Amino acid sequence: MSALMTALQGKISQNPFGENPLSWILNLVFYGVFIAFILYGQRFQLYVMLREVEGSLYKLKYIKDEGRKTAIETIKEIGKPQTDPTARVDRFLEYFTIAPQNLDPAGIVWKLEHILDVRDVRFKDEVKMMAPSADDTQTNNLENTLEAAMALNYIYKVIRHFYLLGKKTYSLYTIMQIQMLLPLIMREAEAYASAVKAFAYGQPLGDGAGALVAGKMMHGYETRKVPKDCVVATVPIEGRTAFLIKAEGPGGNVGQPGNAIKTVIEENEGKISTIIMIDAALKLEGEAVGEVAEGVGAVIGGPGVDQFKIEESVLKYHIPINGVIIKEDIGDAISPMRKEISDSIDKAIERVKQVILERTKEGDKVIIAGVGNSIGIGQ
Amino acid sequence: MSKEPTNSATKMSSSALLYIFLAIALSLAALVLAVSIFPDNDVLASYILLLGFVGIFASAYVLLQMRKRVRRLSIESHPITTTIECKKCGFKSIREFKRGDYIFKEEEPCQKCNEKMMITAIFREVKEGEKERFRF
Repeated sequence: MSALMTALQGKISQNPFGENPLSWILNLVFYGVFIAFILYGQRFQLYVMLREVEGSLYKLKYIKDEGRKTAIETIKEIGKPQTDPTARVDRFLEYFTIAPQNLDPAGIVWKLEHILDVRDVRFKDEVKMMAPSADDTQTNNLENTLEAAMALNYIYKVIRHFYLLGKKTYSLYTIMQIQMLLPLIMREAEAYASAVKAFAYGQPLGDGAGALVAGKMMHGYETRKVPKDCVVATVPIEGRTAFLIKAEGPGGNVGQPGNAIKTVIEENEGKISTIIMIDAALKLEGEAVGEVAEGVGAVIGGPGVDQFKIEESVLKYHIPINGVIIKEDIGDAISPMRKEISDSIDKAIERVKQVILERTKEGDKVIIAGVGNSIGIGQ
Repeated sequence: MSKEPTNSATKMSSSALLYIFLAIALSLAALVLAVSIFPDNDVLASYILLLGFVGIFASAYVLLQMRKRVRRLSIESHPITTTIECKKCGFKSIREFKRGDYIFKEEEPCQKCNEKMMITAIFREVKEGEKERFRF
């Protein structure tokens, strides 16, 4: 018995981690880390994600501040206001628009159109007050500059909201949502940052590809204004009469192509053989920038009011509607126009002419609508 | 491709840089010390050598991270080019974009035929780096 006790005592007094003190420490550290990861693994993951979001938030703050600074400087330079516009710009950046209630969707398009019209008028009035010396083109450009700065401000605030919420609640899933979307959000924010500069200087955007196609086709012909903020030119193409429509440039303006197309259809009592719409469209990864594709349907983005109106008009008179798109990614659409897109304009014109030849007869009337922001694009 | 002008947010803190270079200097001194005492006390020398290498790698890592942060904060911008063309003789001139330029704007008369020239394109040229090779 005593022998057994002695042996046991010997075992207990023996160092379980070996004789070397360094190995002792390393073993303890290993077990400590192991236990810490079992108990707090999710917390560590949360800290890593928070740090990642924090890094992007720094960049977003920088981009947002630069956008605001550019907007204020441009207003001061172009608008020559009597007082400092900073406070008014800051107020503008916090502006909101509430979409109509959709519990009863009947008639929602008209309600949305009304809200958008009110917003547009309000924005223009604000800009005129901020920049009294700006002409119409400059007012449109300033409005677009402020809208891009506003978008940056909003993105920053949403990301900051989720970051702080995640920090407060220690909820991995709150922060995970934003961390997963962050690369796409950052791409969009960077695109808006270049949009601010482009709007401030009046440079054509990638989004203006459709307007440029129509502009090139109507250049040299007489234009007249059609509601709202659009121009139309009557151009003979391959023995047909083409009504070319685009937003009035060179100020930043997308117009209301829905109303413009409707007006031209009504003017011609529905006797239109085909409608061809041209617009910039988002490309998928792997597709080349400036690639031209063709299809059917109302090729137009935005909140949907114009698309709805065009579809209503073509349905009323059973007019075939074709579309030509110029592919680009979101960054290219709201940044100064890339060379590839500029080079693809002639290809798109050729495609439009091909559609006219294939889908209509000599003597027919055709509507060609170039959709997109006309900033930096005249007619 | 150019970068936006830097501001305080896109500059490296000078005090942080001072600390990093101080750490690098101390690490280098540790390496020199380790080499000098190596024949007499090889155990201590190897510890100091290890300390020196760790110091250099840690400082280099911090420096690279700081540079990365600064690069992340700057917004890329590309030069915008305006193309002016003479419709009569086809003479083409390319210059940097100026505020007030827009496509179809009439410009100064052509150098060759004295006809009014017109802006036909405004674009940015993106020089993409080496393209990633994808199978699809």
